Amino acid sequence: MSDIILEMKNITKEFPGVKALDDVNLVVKRGSIHALVGENGAGKSTLMKVLSGIHPYGSYSGDIIYNGEICKFSKIKDSEGLGIVIIHQELALVPQMSIGENMFLGNERGKPMAINWNETYAEADKYLREVGLAESSRTLIKDIGVGKQQLVEIAKALSKKAKLLILDEPTSSLNETDSQALLDLLLHFKEEGLTSIIISHKLNEVSYVADDITVIRDGHTIETLTKGIDDFSEDRIIRGMVGREITDRFPKRHDVAIGEVAMEVKDWNVYHPLYVGKKVVDNVSLNVRKGEVVGISGLMGAGRTELAMSIFGHSYGTDISGQLFLNGEEVHLKNVKDAIKHKLAYVTEDRKGSGLILSNPIRVNSSLANLEGVSNHGVIDAEKEYAEAVDYKEKLHTKCPTVEQNVGNLSGGNQQKVLLAKWMFTDPDVLILDEPTRGIDVGAKYEIYCIINQLAAEGKSVIIISSELPEVLGMSDRIYVLNEGRIVGEFTQQEASQEKIMGAILKSGK
Amino acid sequence: MNKNKVLAFVQKYTMVLILVLVVGFFTWRTGGKILLPQNITNLFAQNAYVFVLATGMLLCILTGGNIDLSVGSVVCFVGAIGAVVMDKGLNMWLAILIMLAIGLLIGAWQAFWIALVHVPPFITTLAGMLVFRGLSNVVLQGKTLGVANETFVRLFGGGANCYIPDIFGGQGMNILCLLVGAIAIVIYLVSTFTGRANRLKKGYEVEKLGATIVKSVIIALVIAFFAVKLAQYKGLPTAMIWVALIIGIYSYITSKTTTGRHFYAVGGNELATKLSGINTEKVYFIAYANMGLLAAFAGMLTIARLTSAQPTYGQNYEMDAIGSCFIGGASAYGGVGTVPGVIIGALLMGVINIGMSIIGLDANYQKVVKGLVLLAAVIFDVVSKKKQR
Repeated sequence: MSDIILEMKNITKEFPGVKALDDVNLVVKRGSIHALVGENGAGKSTLMKVLSGIHPYGSYSGDIIYNGEICKFSKIKDSEGLGIVIIHQELALVPQMSIGENMFLGNERGKPMAINWNETYAEADKYLREVGLAESSRTLIKDIGVGKQQLVEIAKALSKKAKLLILDEPTSSLNETDSQALLDLLLHFKEEGLTSIIISHKLNEVSYVADDITVIRDGHTIETLTKGIDDFSEDRIIRGMVGREITDRFPKRHDVAIGEVAMEVKDWNVYHPLYVGKKVVDNVSLNVRKGEVVGISGLMGAGRTELAMSIFGHSYGTDISGQLFLNGEEVHLKNVKDAIKHKLAYVTEDRKGSGLILSNPIRVNSSLANLEGVSNHGVIDAEKEYAEAVDYKEKLHTKCPTVEQNVGNLSGGNQQKVLLAKWMFTDPDVLILDEPTRGIDVGAKYEIYCIINQLAAEGKSVIIISSELPEVLGMSDRIYVLNEGRIVGEFTQQEASQEKIMGAILKSGK
Repeated sequence: MNKNKVLAFVQKYTMVLILVLVVGFFTWRTGGKILLPQNITNLFAQNAYVFVLATGMLLCILTGGNIDLSVGSVVCFVGAIGAVVMDKGLNMWLAILIMLAIGLLIGAWQAFWIALVHVPPFITTLAGMLVFRGLSNVVLQGKTLGVANETFVRLFGGGANCYIPDIFGGQGMNILCLLVGAIAIVIYLVSTFTGRANRLKKGYEVEKLGATIVKSVIIALVIAFFAVKLAQYKGLPTAMIWVALIIGIYSYITSKTTTGRHFYAVGGNELATKLSGINTEKVYFIAYANMGLLAAFAGMLTIARLTSAQPTYGQNYEMDAIGSCFIGGASAYGGVGTVPGVIIGALLMGVINIGMSIIGLDANYQKVVKGLVLLAAVIFDVVSKKKQR
C-alpha cells in the first residue's frame, strides 16, 4: 500500500461507432483533491462511469487498481461497497421525499420489512451536521434550495462511508456563495482524509481546490498538472484542453455570396418552464444572413438548445419576450406549425428522443414535418411520399436497403441524414442544427458538413449549435459564444480561435 | 435460411395462425357445430359491437397504449337515451341523431380532460365508466325498456328479420349474399393486382408474385366460405353491413390520410411529432371524441339486437374492444396497430366467445379464458419489443 488510492490503467471504452476513452491513465493520491478537466464529450464522465461500475467490468479494457487491488465492478453497489461514491451532475434526489428518506434510499435503516424511521432520521441528522446543514432531515427535498440539495447529496455519500468521492460538475447549478461553501467543505473533508475527484468546467474553482489536475481531450489523457510544480493558471489549463490541430476535416465552401439578413433576434428572454423566475436565455440578440453559416458555441447548459427551441415556435420556455425578424419583417410564431410555415427549421440534438420515430420507416419519418407536401386534402399520396423519400435518400447518400427500412435499424450517421432530410423537405430558409454531428463517426460527419455547405450555397441560412470547438471553428462564417444564457462573445471566422472562445466562456463565468 | 423464412412468416402472421388453430380447436370440440351457417352468422351479428368499439379503441391505443374504459357504460347510456326517446314516440331518425350527438358529446367531454388538461386517460375514462353507468340507471329508472320501433330494430341488426332481403328470391340459398361475396372477391383481386402492376411499372418494390397469388387465393376462399355460409342461413345480416362500412372508413383514415398518420406518429414519438408541427393535443382529442361517437353507434346496435335497453347492458364491452386491439397486434406502447389486425383480433374474440358458449363452458370460466388470452397477447407484444431493442 502506498499513498496512491486509485490507479486507472490503459482504460479504453468503446460505444458503437465511437471510441469514448482511448488508453486513459489516471493516478489519484490518497487524501488529495484531483480535478478532471476537458471539453464536453472529452470522456470525463465516461471515465467516472467506468470507475463507479455503471459501465461494468468487461465493457471496457484496462485495469482499475483501488487500494492496491484490481477491481472488477459489475454494478454501482460493488464500487460503493468499497467506498467509491459518485455524485452526478443531475441531482438524483426524489423531490417529494424527505432528506432522510432520500439519504437512505436503497440503503434503508432497519430490517427490509420494518424500516427503522427513528434511526433513519437520527443518522441523517448526524450527517447533515457534518456537511454544515442545520435543516431537519424530515424536511422535504423540494422545500430546500439547489445548493442545499447538493450538500444533501454529499451527506448521502458520507452515509455510504465514502473513501473516494467523485463529484461531476458539483457547482454547475449553484451560485457563488453556495459554490464557495461547497469547495471549502471539500477542503475540510480533505483534512479528515477523504479523497475527492472533481469534474468541473470552472477553472478558477479547479485551481482553488485541486492538488492535481488531469486534462482529458478526445478520450485521451493529455497531461497531469500538480500544484506547486506546474503552472495552475487558467490560460495554461485551457491550452491543454483545446491544444489540437484543425486539419482538413471540414470541406471548403466556395464562392458563397452572403446576402441580406434572413433572421434576426432582438433582446430575446426566456424563462424556465418549471422553475419560476429562472432565466434561461438572457437578453440575446443575434442575426444570420442568407448563405451564411453561423456557429453558436458554449458549454452544455449554456442555454443554446433553449434559445433555439424558443425561437422555433416557442417550443421551449415561458414568458418569452423579444423580437424576431424574418427577412426584415417582425413575426410572432406561436407554435411549431407557424415556425415551419415561416420557413424555419430546427433539427434537434436528440435525434432518438425528439427527432425520429424509430419504429417507423424512413419514408414516414421523411415526410412527417411536411405531410401537406405529399397529400391532397388530407389524403396521403403514397407514391409521391415514396418518391420524395427516395429522392432525399439519394441526395444525402443515406445508406439503407430501401426507404421502407425502420429508422431504428440505421446507424447514427444515417439517422442524422434522415432527420436532415425530414427538415430539408419542409423547404426552410433558416435551419438551426443542434449538435448535428453528435455521436456519429468521422466519415459521416464529413458528409453532414458537405450537406451544410450545399445548403449555404443554395442561399439558405444555417445556424450550427455545437459543443465541439473545432466543428464550430471549421464550419462557421461567424461565431456567437453563449454562456449562462447570455452572448459573451462574437467572432468572425478570421478572429476566432479555440483559446478565444474558451476564454470568453470561462472568464465570463462567476 | 429456410428456417429463418419460416420464422419470419410465423412472426408476421402469428395472430392469423392462432385464429386458424382456435377455429380448428373449436371445430373439433363442437363436432363441427361452430361452422354451421347459423353460428357463422352469429359470429358477425352478435359481435358487431366488438368490431365497432375495437376500431375506435385502436385510435386511442395508437396514441400511446391509452385505453378507454368508459365505452361499455357509454354504450348503455346512449342506448338508454335512445330507448326512452323512441318510447316517447320521437321520430326514429331524430332519435338516431340524438344518440350519435350524445355519444360525440360524451367523447368530447372526456377528450377535453385528456387532451387539454392532461388528466390521465385511465382515470378520466374510469370516472366516465362510473358516471355513465350510474346515469343509465337513472334514465331507465333501474328497469328494462323495450324498443318497439320495428324499422330501427331491423336496420341495426335485431329481431328475426334483420337481414338484407334477397331480391332474387333464392330458395334455400340467398343469391344476393352470394352475389355480394362474388363482387367483393372480384374487387379485392382487381385492386390487388392492378395496384401491384402499377407499383411495378413505376419501379417501386413489390411483393413476390407467388406470395401475392397465395395470399389472394386464401383471402378469396375465406370470403367465398363466409358468403356461402351466410347464404345458407338467412343472408347478409344488416349489422354486418354497418360493421363493413365502419371498418372500411377507418381502414382508409388510418392508412391513407394525414390525420391517420398523426395517430401513429404520436404513439411512435410524441416529442418528435410535436416538434414536427403537429398538434398532438388535437390528436388525443380526436381519438377520444371519436371513441364516444363509435360507442354511441355500438349502443344503437346493442339495443336493436336485444330489442330493449337495460341498465346492465354493455358491461365488459370495453374489455372485448381492448382485447381485440391487443390480440390484433396493436402495441401496448402505442404507434403500432392496424384496422385489419383489429378485425383478426375481434374475430378471435368472437370465435372464442361463441365456441365456449356452444361447448357450454361455465360463464365464469369463459372470463378466465378471455383474460388469459388478453394477457398472452400483450406479453407477446412486450417480449417481442424487448428483443428488438
